[in-house]
Amino acid sequence: MKAIISVIGEDRLGVIAKVSGKLFEMQINIEDISQTIMQNYFTMIMMVDTSKSKLPFNEMASQLKTLGEEIGMDIRIQSESIFNAMHKI
Amino acid sequence: MLSKDEIFETINMISSQHLDVRTITMGISLLDCIGNTTKETCDKVYDKITSKAKNLVKVGNDIQNEFGVPIVNKRISVTPISLITAKTGNSIDVAKTLDKCADEVGVDFIGGYSALVQKGMTCFEREFLQTIPQALAQTNKLCSSVNVASTKTGINMDAVKMMGEIIKETSYLTREQGSIGCAKFVVFANAVEDNPFMAGAFHGVGEADTVINVGVSGPGVVKVALEQVKDGDLTVVAETVKKVAYKITRVGQLVAQEASKRLNANFGIIDLSLAPTPVMGDSVAHILEEMGLECVGAYGTTACLALLNDAVKKGGIMASSHVGGLSGAFIPVSEDIGMINAVNKGCLKLEKLEAMTAICSVGLDMVAVGGDTPAEVLSAMIADECAIGVVNNKTTAVRVIPVYGKNSGSVNFGGLLGTAPIMPINTVSPAKFISRGGRIPAPVWANKN
Repeated sequence: MKAIISVIGEDRLGVIAKVSGKLFEMQINIEDISQTIMQNYFTMIMMVDTSKSKLPFNEMASQLKTLGEEIGMDIRIQSESIFNAMHKI
Repeated sequence: MLSKDEIFETINMISSQHLDVRTITMGISLLDCIGNTTKETCDKVYDKITSKAKNLVKVGNDIQNEFGVPIVNKRISVTPISLITAKTGNSIDVAKTLDKCADEVGVDFIGGYSALVQKGMTCFEREFLQTIPQALAQTNKLCSSVNVASTKTGINMDAVKMMGEIIKETSYLTREQGSIGCAKFVVFANAVEDNPFMAGAFHGVGEADTVINVGVSGPGVVKVALEQVKDGDLTVVAETVKKVAYKITRVGQLVAQEASKRLNANFGIIDLSLAPTPVMGDSVAHILEEMGLECVGAYGTTACLALLNDAVKKGGIMASSHVGGLSGAFIPVSEDIGMINAVNKGCLKLEKLEAMTAICSVGLDMVAVGGDTPAEVLSAMIADECAIGVVNNKTTAVRVIPVYGKNSGSVNFGGLLGTAPIMPINTVSPAKFISRGGRIPAPVWANKN
């Protein structure tokens, strides 16, 4: 499944390293990545492919949420289809 | 390729503007569950519902996790029970079975303890209607509705008279819980057969065996979008609402398609209603105030609501392959923090609410009144709403709660049902009018053939 991971929170050292390390561990492939500072918040968006991962989607979401709590960021993973449905005709 | 702004817009709608899918409602036909005895009927009903809806809650939760959008309720609607028990009677037993099914599969509500008597009543329907107060008092998740009028048939005033009495009895029987039974009972004119919202959902006889209907929500998203066009004229306001409604509805369409595929059911409709909740930032009243009213209830409220209701439909219709249900802005008083505040301030009165029901969906909804309101006054309120629906060819409804033992203050129902301030009403007697009975004929333009 193509999915979007969003990471939002206060800027701090090593966020990309921690998140991408977790994705590697879960065998989730990063296809595109962008980051910026919006209203003092670090925001990172990753487009990923989860098809190689053996974990169920719920498990991926829960592991990312836990990592987010550890590093003080809000991390969520959502199927790309909700974004396409809303923004593409 | 999605842009960063688009992705953030979606995430913000969900995380800070309360965008949610209010309900995935599975409609299940019970026409093949009519048995020779009450026990046989109950067994068949239990088997069918618990097998068809076995995975409803799980699928709803899976979709919620995958798309990251909250799905607040999972519900079931069934064929009007008055038809299922026509042969055997004992409808209360079926009511309890339905409640048990709802618990078993874990849904929030089950609707369809209903009868369609817009033109006349059979003996078994009369008997069924009289069981409604007990059915609501003896169950937790069961919802009931009765259609008493339609544009094609006019208004069945014998049924309207009974409705006032049924509401009073339900109020008494559930007096220990603030007369909550009345919050689960709605009287309709022009009821629709594919409504996913409670308390009025039932599965029409013209429907397929198992159908998924989805109700979207998102007043908070509309409000935030309007905050960005503070200086725009009303054409800009309407265009802004349309665009947001399109986006909200696309989410509903996606969820409905996925849910029907995974549950092996037909995709029915998307209901485009903007449904509020009692939390801050999820209010239809606040949208109207954002348009420029000091407080909802002011002159201009009906016009603002008309604009909102129309723009939501125009935006939503292109976003979904099948639109149906009630589809319009809801104005339930107790479920909308802006409405509650306006009532408490004395700005919003029942007369204005009645005017608002002429141009939105659905009607006088979640309105608490004094417990000593006479049955004929309740019936007359229903008759007025029916007249608005019948003449304007739209659905109207009354969900009114005479709070037993209370004539002022407020009553808290908890959860999505919210807190209802008890509203003052005009109690000048319509008793003679209601006691006449009979039928108010269909309007002239009902004869279109």
